[in-house]
Amino acid sequence: MDWLKIFRAEKKSSAQTAKERLLITVAHQRQGEGNGLHFLPRLREELLAVVRKYVQVPDEAVQFNVQRDEGLEVLELNITLPEKERRGGVASH
Amino acid sequence: MAKVIVVTSGKGGVGKTTTSASLGTGLADRGHKTAVIDFDVGLRNLDLIMGVERRVVYDFVNVIQGEATLKQALIKDKQSDKLFILAASQTRDKDALTQDGVGRVMDELRAEFDYVICDSPAGIEKGAFMAMYFADEAFVVTNPEVSSVRDSDRVLGILAAKSRRAEQGGDRIKEHLVLTRYNAERVAKGEMLSVEDVKEILAIPLLGVIPESPAVLSSSNAGVPVIRDMTSDAGLAYTDLIARFLGEDRPHRFLAPHKKSLFGKWFGER
Ligand SMILES: Nc1ncnc2c1ncn2[C@@H]1O[C@H](COP(=O)(O)OP(=O)(O)OP(=O)(O)O)[C@@H](O)[C@H]1O
Ligand SMILES: [Mg+2]
Repeated sequence: MDWLKIFRAEKKSSAQTAKERLLITVAHQRQGEGNGLHFLPRLREELLAVVRKYVQVPDEAVQFNVQRDEGLEVLELNITLPEKERRGGVASH
Repeated sequence: MAKVIVVTSGKGGVGKTTTSASLGTGLADRGHKTAVIDFDVGLRNLDLIMGVERRVVYDFVNVIQGEATLKQALIKDKQSDKLFILAASQTRDKDALTQDGVGRVMDELRAEFDYVICDSPAGIEKGAFMAMYFADEAFVVTNPEVSSVRDSDRVLGILAAKSRRAEQGGDRIKEHLVLTRYNAERVAKGEMLSVEDVKEILAIPLLGVIPESPAVLSSSNAGVPVIRDMTSDAGLAYTDLIARFLGEDRPHRFLAPHKKSLFGKWFGER
């Protein structure tokens, strides 16, 4: 068995992981804004304003979650309705 | 009510972020609800070292400026329910860290967490100052090297004179020395300052010595704090350090050069 090869392969894999992580991070950084989603605070404000035309919700009612992978970015949006208003017309998700 | 801990050094690149990541992870793994905050506005790195860089939506400055709530900005660790990360802004400048703003976020964090770890940027300007201002305790990260020791001494002076505790005349900030990148072989050869030397000069209690270790690089490659690598000397040293911080009595390890391993003997290591 070639032990050296095993050790080398192991080393390479950690560096490879590092490189893959960096490629994604740096690509986002180069879009000019730190995470490429600099519009999120404004989007959230506007969404809150729209939701509030129909239901009174607290500031935390609108939540975002972002997952990134190579070439794929998922923005998950949750709007939590207050208990009493739940029968009202706005659906969550 | 949380304890606020600043991880600071003055000098750059001595291991503050490495220490903050392992400290936060270690405290959370011991059951304490912990938040780790990156104060390095413009040069954030804690997210990478803790492996959450793809999940940053909001940052510290968004919270200060009311563009997001703290709850929205805190990123929960994938492995621990007790560990949260607040990323630094990559696009604003340090002036966004106003004393009022940081103070408000700190108050909110204090109410929610057991420990708040502030990863300071290098230097002694705004970002570093804001990271230390609200602290109850300070981890002074130092390398056994002349410029690092001098800078640590400078930082100790600032902690004692300009922090909120200093201004309000309360108890002084509790200081802990964390000596990192320690190379026992070089110390033995007289090429590097020893623990004793550094303790003597800085005159603050030693919390732990973290050896220079290749595991630190592989851990940051993977985005998993080195404390989670329990096969590594640095991981074990950080585990000991946290146990000590929590009041346990743990002898210092890794202060003496490696004994010749059997492997080394076969291959004529000397
Ligand atoms: N115990 C150690 N053994 C080997 N390398 C280490 C050790 N601690 C830190 N390093 C390395 O030193 C470098 C600086 O570490 P780190 O980023 O934690 O320092 P820092 O004080 O946060 O830097 P900055 O001042 O830029 O914020 C990194 O490349 C890290 O991998
Ligand atoms: Mg750092």
